[in-house]
Amino acid sequence: MTDVLESYLDRLQQATTLEHLQQSTEDLRDHYGITHVVYHWVSSVGEQYGAGTYSTDWVDRYLERGYVRVDPVVQGCLHRFHPVDWKQLDWSGRVARELLADALAHGVGNQGFSIPIRGPNGQFAVFTANHSCNDLEWSRFVQANMRDLIIVAHDFNRKALEFEGKRDLAPSTTLSPRETSALTLLAKGLSRAQAADQLEISEHTLRVYIEAARHKLGALNTTHAVARALNAGLIVL
Amino acid sequence: MLRYIYGVDLHKHPLLRDTMFRDRAIQFHERLGWDVTVDEKGEEHDQYDALNPLYVIWEQPDGRHGGSMRFLPTTGRTMVNEHFLHVTDGVRIESPLIWECTRFCLAPDAGREVSAALALGGAEIMANFAVEHFVGVFDARMVRIYRLLGMAPEVIGQVGEGSDVLAVGLWGWDDAFWPRTLNRLGIERETSLDWFRQSFSAIPPTKKRILEAA
Repeated sequence: MTDVLESYLDRLQQATTLEHLQQSTEDLRDHYGITHVVYHWVSSVGEQYGAGTYSTDWVDRYLERGYVRVDPVVQGCLHRFHPVDWKQLDWSGRVARELLADALAHGVGNQGFSIPIRGPNGQFAVFTANHSCNDLEWSRFVQANMRDLIIVAHDFNRKALEFEGKRDLAPSTTLSPRETSALTLLAKGLSRAQAADQLEISEHTLRVYIEAARHKLGALNTTHAVARALNAGLIVL
Repeated sequence: MLRYIYGVDLHKHPLLRDTMFRDRAIQFHERLGWDVTVDEKGEEHDQYDALNPLYVIWEQPDGRHGGSMRFLPTTGRTMVNEHFLHVTDGVRIESPLIWECTRFCLAPDAGREVSAALALGGAEIMANFAVEHFVGVFDARMVRIYRLLGMAPEVIGQVGEGSDVLAVGLWGWDDAFWPRTLNRLGIERETSLDWFRQSFSAIPPTKKRILEAA
């Protein structure tokens, strides 16, 4: 399963157009077997941008009605940095109820999990996994996939920043000397304990250095990070 | 009880907010002698308070601050990445799976249970939001305090000598932490989860079922 997700992330990394981003949301939707996957960038002046599997009817209606101003998902993620289950949001107002009914009528599922992403200079986006199922099924899905979804969300945002010509604002992909050494030792087949020993740092410290490198490389896990660093020529064996 | 409050929502808890910033002045300025800014109201604020951090606060029965700490995602501006790269071997600690924890503070009259409660709050954040590590900056005295509290961080690197030591450290997930801490507080996990849900739910309690009904 993980290997498949890695290959989808590799495909996302290669994306050069919005259509590719779109394809990635479809890949992920099918991979997870859920109703929708959506990446939604909202600028401070209300401009919107993104990719996702919602029907064009729904996207058009959302834009035409200006729902972004009242969408509990957007409002509930705006001043937050933790992932948000739609059940925690306030859908009780009249406008929010109408939006929800309209969304459901357009094929949006009743369950959602949204990850707020903050880029440089107040850039803001929301990545959402959406599905139709009961609460128990949904909480199991979220528990099992939260970590990966957070990583995927940030990979989408990195691409979006790149498309917007803000590559310099996206997280850097040059590794620091420590990160390079750590990944090189792992690539050579050393265990974490051995690598930490050789670098004269604790295993805990090594894990965090590897995590920093993983994030820069947009990889799903350590093995994936090593593979990406090798492919990009950032480490040499 | 434990409350989890974003900076933008602190105004909804004025007494808790004011007593927290005052207790921070007492701890960091008066007791630890850190070079921090204390305003005319006797409150300690820094530039990171303006970035809408998430505060985890122990509220005493009278509504006042008992202890607190402050979290920021390392994908944004953090103290460790802006001021302490020389302590981390030049590694910028940045990942959505790592949050920065700073300004761990106890009220002057706080009992031992308050620090346990704060540690529990940190653990709930890890458990509920898939955060794998916290990173923080502290001085030698805080290291001793953390150790006394049974929540010693793993030190990545440090600069300075003796009482001027400044260290960057990490906290990770620890299975053994849960039973020990819940026991010390004399509460069940469910109570902790209730506090957590109460803080993170935007829904007025009476209007809960709309999403399911829809």
